[in-house]
Amino acid sequence: MQHFRCLYDVEDANMASRRGNTKTHLQSDKYSVLLPTYNERENLPLIVWLLVKYFGESGYNYEIIVIDDGSPDGTLQIAEQLQKIYGSDKIILRPRAQKLGLGTAYIHGVKHATGNFVIIMDADLSHHPKFIPQFIEKQKEGGYDLVSGTRYSGDGGVYGWDLRRKLISRGANFVTQVLLRPGASDLTGSFRLYKKEVLEKLVERCVSKGYVFQMEMIVRARQLDCTIGEVPISFVDRVYGESKLGGNEIVSFLKGLLTLFATT
Amino acid sequence: MSHHTFRHRGVIKVRCLFESGGFCHSYFTLLCPIILCTMTKLLEWVFGVSLIGIAWGLVTFDLLDLQLPPQYKDVAWPMPIYLLVVFGCYSLATVGYRVATFNDCEDAAKELQAQIKEAKGELKKKGLKM
Ligand SMILES: Nc1nc2c(ncn2[C@@H]2O[C@H](COP(=O)(O)OP(=O)(O)OP(=O)(O)O)[C@@H](O)[C@H]2O)c(=O)[nH]1
Ligand SMILES: [Mg+2]
Repeated sequence: MQHFRCLYDVEDANMASRRGNTKTHLQSDKYSVLLPTYNERENLPLIVWLLVKYFGESGYNYEIIVIDDGSPDGTLQIAEQLQKIYGSDKIILRPRAQKLGLGTAYIHGVKHATGNFVIIMDADLSHHPKFIPQFIEKQKEGGYDLVSGTRYSGDGGVYGWDLRRKLISRGANFVTQVLLRPGASDLTGSFRLYKKEVLEKLVERCVSKGYVFQMEMIVRARQLDCTIGEVPISFVDRVYGESKLGGNEIVSFLKGLLTLFATT
Repeated sequence: MSHHTFRHRGVIKVRCLFESGGFCHSYFTLLCPIILCTMTKLLEWVFGVSLIGIAWGLVTFDLLDLQLPPQYKDVAWPMPIYLLVVFGCYSLATVGYRVATFNDCEDAAKELQAQIKEAKGELKKKGLKM
């Protein structure tokens, strides 16, 4: 459907400019997708295929930056094959020799992004690329500095979570909302679209690691008076590979929350 | 004598500031939001809780000797516990409701499974070796 809109805009430029310059946006905006991977050999081809599919259908300009941290399962070799299939202008590899963590993976990736917008998502298929066109439209609609996917409002939701996990998730979210009042409903989700310069500014200020990093990004965004848009997403638990939500993670979450509470 | 004029001048000065150009007014309207914005969330909570605490102390112990009717005191003294209980109930109800209405995205999972199959087929055709 979006396809037709592009053609239509070419035919009737007048109309397009009245609707907010859709045509020029489509040509000048570029979206860099950052995919941090660690042992995602099964998921990476699938997520890339989906990204190519949805970006192809919607006609936006894009690139996919894969940041692999020396996965022992050979994710990088798969990524190299994908690069051959889809072209080195679309698939860009920025591997690092060892596992240095998610936060620094983003910093590393942004440095190499050539788009004016950056999309951050997990490579484990829990973030579905079908939502990206909605993110982009939402961003254009309000000129937002960042658009965050949310599992907690509207049609958003999860799949494959038992009652315990839902309770922890909702409870943690409630406490966080009460303590930090961040102006966004999903703080720990990491499916987001940023204006590139905003992301750079935020990343520079963030000090925490792991889970808390996502939360800090939103809190810092509120501090800097960034505008935030939200798109409900469905979060499907990873099908392949290992998950790691344990007691340890809850403790580090609480520590991070209290640190942000006291310092921001 | 000189002391007196000094004080007098001081008063005039302050009054001038209030009346001419509204310096104090703009100073405060500028400063207050800055203070409130730069406060950490922790400080905001401390600030809010102490305001409530002071109001509660004033009424319960009649610190200002206002000779309030005794009914005021009766209502005021259990207020903190009452507020805590209300907040606790609100929290439990909210979290409970949200857990119960947390969407299960069955369709999204099914769609993804179908797409995984399609993707695998197509990637194989394109020569990807898993
Ligand atoms: N480059 C890099 N990527 C990482 C690292 N740790 C995790 N990732 C990737 O970051 C994304 C999110 O990590 P996940 O393991 O899915 O973490 P999660 O979503 O919190 O937890 P589960 O999905 O339940 O396992 C995935 O795409 C991982 O492959 C890391 O140290 N370096
Ligand atoms: Mg995940």
